[in-house]
Amino acid sequence: MNLETLSAADIARKVRAKELSARDVAKSFLDRAHGWDKTIKAFLSFNDDAALAQADAVDRAVSAGRDPGPLAGVPVAVKDNLCVTGTKTTCASKILENFTANYDATVIEKLRAAGAVFIGKTNLDEFAMGSSTENSAFFTTRNPWDVSRVPGGSSGGSAAAVAARLAPLALGSDTGGSIRQPAALCGVVGLKPTYGRVSRFGLVAFASSLDQIGPFSTTVADAALLLQVLAGHDPKDSTSARVPVPDFSAALGRGVQGLRVGLPKEYFIDGMDPEVSRAVRQAVTTLESLGATVKEVSLPHTDAGLSVYYVIAPSEASANLARFDGVRYGYRSPRATSLLEQYEFSRDEGFGPEVKRRIMLGTYALSSGYYDAYYLKAQKVRTLIKQDFDRAFESVDVIATPTAPTAAFKAGEKSDDPLQMYLSDVFTISCNLAGLPGLSMPCGFTSNGLPIGLQLLGKPFDEETVFAAASAYEKATPWNRIPSQPA
Amino acid sequence: MTAYESVIGLEVHVQLKTNSKIFCSCPTGFGETANSQICPVCCGYPGVLPVLNKKAVDELVRAALAVGCRINPRSVFARKQYFYPDLPKNYQISQHDLPLAVNGHLDIPQKSGEKKTVRIQRIHLEEDAGKLLHAVGSRALDYSLVDLNRTGVPLMEIVSEPDIRSPEEASDYLDTLRTLLRYVGASECDMEKGSMRCDANVSIRPVGQTSLGTRAEVKNMNSLRSVRDAVAHEIARQIQVVESGGRVVQETRLWNQDEGATHSMRSKEEAHDYRYFPDPDLVPVELSADWIETLRRSLPELPEARCARYERDLGLSAYDAAVLTAEKTLADFFETALNRFEAPARREAAKPLSNWLTTELLGRLNAQRKTLDESPVSSVQLADLVKLILNGVINSKAAKVVFDHMFTEGGDPETIVKAKGLVQVDDEAEIGR
Repeated sequence: MNLETLSAADIARKVRAKELSARDVAKSFLDRAHGWDKTIKAFLSFNDDAALAQADAVDRAVSAGRDPGPLAGVPVAVKDNLCVTGTKTTCASKILENFTANYDATVIEKLRAAGAVFIGKTNLDEFAMGSSTENSAFFTTRNPWDVSRVPGGSSGGSAAAVAARLAPLALGSDTGGSIRQPAALCGVVGLKPTYGRVSRFGLVAFASSLDQIGPFSTTVADAALLLQVLAGHDPKDSTSARVPVPDFSAALGRGVQGLRVGLPKEYFIDGMDPEVSRAVRQAVTTLESLGATVKEVSLPHTDAGLSVYYVIAPSEASANLARFDGVRYGYRSPRATSLLEQYEFSRDEGFGPEVKRRIMLGTYALSSGYYDAYYLKAQKVRTLIKQDFDRAFESVDVIATPTAPTAAFKAGEKSDDPLQMYLSDVFTISCNLAGLPGLSMPCGFTSNGLPIGLQLLGKPFDEETVFAAASAYEKATPWNRIPSQPA
Repeated sequence: MTAYESVIGLEVHVQLKTNSKIFCSCPTGFGETANSQICPVCCGYPGVLPVLNKKAVDELVRAALAVGCRINPRSVFARKQYFYPDLPKNYQISQHDLPLAVNGHLDIPQKSGEKKTVRIQRIHLEEDAGKLLHAVGSRALDYSLVDLNRTGVPLMEIVSEPDIRSPEEASDYLDTLRTLLRYVGASECDMEKGSMRCDANVSIRPVGQTSLGTRAEVKNMNSLRSVRDAVAHEIARQIQVVESGGRVVQETRLWNQDEGATHSMRSKEEAHDYRYFPDPDLVPVELSADWIETLRRSLPELPEARCARYERDLGLSAYDAAVLTAEKTLADFFETALNRFEAPARREAAKPLSNWLTTELLGRLNAQRKTLDESPVSSVQLADLVKLILNGVINSKAAKVVFDHMFTEGGDPETIVKAKGLVQVDDEAEIGR
C-alpha cells in the first residue's frame, strides 16, 4: 500500500472513518522507511513492535466506537533528544548511547493521547548542536533530494524522514534554527513555536531559554494539526506559558487580504545564494498578488544575533550538560581509577568535538571576571534584538525572510570550519533570541533541484497569522513535492 | 602581649518544613531506605525540569519576617555549578544576586540581661544535595555509594553579618535562631538529623582595629557544642599563627569533633568558581505585598513578645518568663494549663504553675531523658493540681505526694487526693477532735 502521498490529516480522517487500519498505515511507513532509510539514514532506531502495538490499540478503539484522537494512527518520527519511556534516547551522543528513558516527555504523552504512533527516533547533531547532522556521534543523515548533501540540522533526521515520506509527521527541537533550517534544506514545513507555547519537559536541554519543540510536516495544515496537540501550559514546565491555545486549523483559511508583510533589509546580505534571494523575493511578490501589502522593515541589531547566541546558548549548555558525568547513567570510562578521572575520561570520551567546544565557550563566558563582559552583555543585546522585533511588529503582521542563506550543502563542505557552519543559522537565530514563532516552508528549487526555504516570523503567540500566510502561499504555489526514491 | 578580638559570621542551613521536595513531589522523610524517595527530577535525569514548591517559599518568608527581614518582591534562582557525586545535575539550584529576603536581625538575650543584636544579611532558598556513603578501609568496596533521598530537600541559608564576637555568642545565636524557627514552625531545626547545619567564618584582629582580618571558613559542625568548640579552637589557632609571626590564610577548614581540631580542606586558590547564572528553567519568584502580609499574619506570637507579655500580664520574673518561652512546646503547655483557671485567677496561678512545670515536671522528665511531649502528666492535670493547692485543699507537702503518684502511676489529682485521703484539714474543730 502506498500511503506516502497522504497528509497526516488524511490518514487520521481515514483511520477514524475505518477506511484505513492504523496497523496498515504503520506497516506501510515502516516498510518504506526500512528500505529507503538505508540510504538516507534519518533514523537512529526503529520501534516496530511498539509502533504496531500502538497502531493496534488505535484500531481497537475505532472498532469499539471510541475516538482515538486527532492523530489517530498517524506515524510520527521523534527526534532522539526527546524522552520516550522504554526507548533509547541518545541525543546522538556516545555519552548516552545506552541510555533508556524512564519517563515520557510531555509532548510524547500528548501524542499518545492523540492516537499517534511512534515509528522511530531520528538522528541529530549531538545534543542538537550543529546544522548538518554531521556532529552525530553515529552517522550523518543524507538529504533525500541529493544524498551527497546534508539535510541540515540539528533536526536533520526528522526533516529528512518527512521529506522522504518515511513518516508524515516528525518532532524536532529548535534552539537557533534546528527545525527551520533542516526543513528548508529538505523542502518540508517546519515550525518553531513561540517560546513557552510547548512544554519542554522531557526534551534533553541544550539551551533552556531558547529551546522549543515543534512539528515537521509536508503541509501547513498538518503543522497546525500537530501543534494543536503539542501546545498548552504544562505544570511540569515553569516556562510554559499560561495562554489560551487557539484553534490553529481555523486560521488556515483566513487568507492574506490586507496582511502586512515585513521584509527586513538586514536579511538580504552579501554572500547569500542569489537563487535563494530571488526565490524569497518571488514568494513575497506572490503574497502581494494574493492581497498582502509588503513593507520594508529594519531589524538593526541583526548583526549581533550570532554573537549573542554563541554566548548565551553555550553558557546554558555548559550547565545543562554537566549532569553527564558517568555517575548515575550514561557512559562511564572504563579507564577511570578515581572520581576526577571518572569525570574527565567519561566526558572526554563521551562528548564529541563540537559539544566540547560549546561547553568550553560557555564555561569561559560564565567564569568569574568574564560574566559581565560576556553573559550579561549578551543578555542586554538580546533585549535589544527583541525590541527590534517589537518595533517592526508595530507596522507589520508577519516578517518574511530566507530561512537559510544557501540550499543544502555537501557533506563535509563545512564540517571543518565551525564559523562557516554557524553562519547557516544566521537568519534563524534572532527568532529564538526574541522567543517568536517561526515557520519554514518550501518556496522554490535551485537550478540543481534543491529546495529553498521561506521563513515567516510572527508576533509572540500569534502562530495563527503565520499559519494563515503560509497556507495561502502554499495553496498558490507548487512547491510541495516528494523527492524520488532511486530505484 | 596583644589582645585580640574575634569576628565571627555564621551561615546556617535550615531544612524547611514541607511535605515534598523543593522542585518535585518526592517526600522529605528522614531515615528512609536509601534512594527510596527519588524521581527523575531530583535525580537530574536528562530532560527533566524543576517546578518550585510554593510551600518552601512561604515557610522561608515566614521565618524571614520573624527575624525582621525585608522580603524582595522579586527574587531569582541561580545555578551554582560544581562537580560532586552527591549533586546529580552538577549544579545546585540556589539564589545569588536576588535572594528572597535581606536585612534582618536577631536579638540574643545575654546573661547581663542586655540584648546582643546580630544582623542578618540575607536568607535565600536552595535545594539540598544527596549523601555519600564511603566504605572506609574496605578492600572489597573500593567505591562510594550515593543516597539521593535528601537531594532536593528545601533549605534556607541564613547568612549573618560578622557581628558575633565569641564562641559563646555563636552558640547562643544558633540557640536563639533555633527557638525562633521552631516557634514559627518553619523548621524542626534538628541538628542531629541534619535539618540545621552551620558553617562559621572566623577571623581575628587586634582589639581596636576596625578593618577585618583574613577569615577562615569552618565547616562540619553538627551540634551547638561543636560550633562553640570549633570556633574557640579556630580563634586560638589563628592567634597562635599570628603570635608566632605567621599570617592567617583564607581557606576552608573542616572541624573534627573527635580530635577537637580543624584541618585545612581547600585554599583560596583551590576555591570553586561557581559560575552562577540565573536558572533559565525557573521564572522569578514574585511576591505581592498582600501575600507577604498574609504570611506575616500567620506568624504565631514570637518568643520575645511572649516573654514580655508573661512579665507584664502575669507578673512573672524576667527569668521565669524567659525559661517558659525558650521552647514553644513549653510555653504552649504552660498556657494550656493556665487557661484552666478563670481569667482573674491567672495572675495568681502563674508563678506556682511555672514552678511546678519548670522545676518539678521538667526535672522529672529530664531525669528520664524524656521530652514534654512524652510527659505522663498533662497540662490540664498539672493545672488541676495547682488549683487544689491554691484552693487550700492540699498543702504543698501533700501535693508532692500527689504529683509523684501522677507522674509514676498516672491519674487525675482530685482522684488521687481522695483515694489517699490527703485533704488538708484546717478546721480547728476537726483537729481538736
